[in-house]
Amino acid sequence: MTWSELTEILGVGLQETAYMVGVSTLLTAVGGLLVGILLVLTDRGGLLAAPPLNAVLGLVVNVGRSLPFIILLVAVIPFTRAVVGTTIGTSAAIVPLTIGAIPFFARIVESAIREVPSDVVAAAVAMGATRRQIIAKVLLREARPGLVAGLTITIIALVGYSAMAGVVGGGGLGDLAIRYGYQRFETEVMIATVVVLVVFVQLVQMLGDLVVRRLSHR
Amino acid sequence: MIRIEGLRKTYRSSGRDVVAVDDVDLTVAEGEIFGVIGTSGAGKSTLLRCVNLLERPDAGTVSVDGTDLTALSGSKLRTARQGIGMIHQHFALLSSRTAAGNVALPLEVTGVGRAERAERVAELLDLVGLGDRAGAYPAQLSGGQKQRVGIARALAGRPKVLLSDEATSALDADTTGSILGLLQDLNRRLGLTILLITHEMGVVKQACHSAAVMRAGRFVEVGPVAELLGTPGSELTRGLFPLGPVPDVPGSTVVDVTVSGERADDAILADLVRTFDLDVRILGGAVEQLAATRAGRLRLALPGDDPAPVLEHLRERGVLVEVAQ
Repeated sequence: MTWSELTEILGVGLQETAYMVGVSTLLTAVGGLLVGILLVLTDRGGLLAAPPLNAVLGLVVNVGRSLPFIILLVAVIPFTRAVVGTTIGTSAAIVPLTIGAIPFFARIVESAIREVPSDVVAAAVAMGATRRQIIAKVLLREARPGLVAGLTITIIALVGYSAMAGVVGGGGLGDLAIRYGYQRFETEVMIATVVVLVVFVQLVQMLGDLVVRRLSHR
Repeated sequence: MIRIEGLRKTYRSSGRDVVAVDDVDLTVAEGEIFGVIGTSGAGKSTLLRCVNLLERPDAGTVSVDGTDLTALSGSKLRTARQGIGMIHQHFALLSSRTAAGNVALPLEVTGVGRAERAERVAELLDLVGLGDRAGAYPAQLSGGQKQRVGIARALAGRPKVLLSDEATSALDADTTGSILGLLQDLNRRLGLTILLITHEMGVVKQACHSAAVMRAGRFVEVGPVAELLGTPGSELTRGLFPLGPVPDVPGSTVVDVTVSGERADDAILADLVRTFDLDVRILGGAVEQLAATRAGRLRLALPGDDPAPVLEHLRERGVLVEVAQ
């Protein structure tokens, strides 16, 4: 394989990975935030205490987290078809990626929000704040560094998951490494792919850390 | 200003019901600083959190400034809470907001406009002596400064009542003194009624006009500090003026005398010596200026077999005398 061929397939792979990870990150951020907030609010003693709902939600999240991603990928095929219209390709891979990452990020959101001291929440209640104000101005605002750190972890986990998206023809860098490196013994391609992945992950982590430092005033 | 009647709050903890507050009645007059003192677990924190209904009592009523809070819920309760300030042991500031941002929060909650908010925040920070630290984050402030921000925030809604939940317990002695000084100052200047809970006798000594001693969910004594000082067997008096274990003095009767108000400065010892020609010995004691009154407590050894006439004489002069056992 020539250098230009290599850079071309790496470029395409990087684009596919960035697309899959980017879109699923956005969807996961929204979904995970909602589920995570609900997990905190519905817990015993929470602002919207509903222990039965909390138990059901916790169970669903745990099931989502225990399924190996490769199995989830196949299991959600009918749902993927209903949403995207196809079960093959980069866009189709976004559905299982998002479904796999939401429970993961939701638990991170939950623990980040729980880090907000209870007396700070009590102070907001004592001020006469509404639930909405407490969630927006206290819980989410105070948890911001933890949320961004958690989102960084989630993005990197999504990069890892996206390697398996090759199974549904999702493409991307991970798929490239498996097809060329593992199946065709083209070690150079595999190494080049891994290097690009390492740099990608490194950049995401650095950016995440930078934002966390900016937000954190502890 | 605050009126609590028949307050009861029970928790379920590891399958058992624990009574945190057991049938407590409390009245705090307008413009008063009222201290509830007790060890941890006595229920005083629960009691305080019932006043603004952070905890909903199982029974009883709580009224603040004539409004029965226990009858309210939803937005009416939120509005009522806006008129009650609260400060906390660990300050409960938002770490992500500056001092000014923290003080602005209750104003944002009540929908005060941006310009008015900025003006009021500056005014409040000046009031607590932190006008120059508006842009500092809590992590950049000392404990005392954080509590000053907490106080400014609590006053944002121009409350008539301030609830203080162990507000000085996380502070050193000097800072405790200056925060209590600020609270007293606010009490005088704004006519602010303050209900505070504490486990430190020093707080009652320095700041409280009235006090209640709480144990196992109940008030064991309650009243104006000056009155409790004149009550035989008062736990509060013993706490304010600790005299330690009673020594054995052969041939003498050991008595504890408590004097308060105008009596505190009377020459009671000189009078005893003159009247009875008695070699009175002082075993311990102190005379101090409390927030409520000037008071003192002395432990004396009275020689002789029959101290009765001496005790009678002291009592006639308005001194509380208790034979120490």
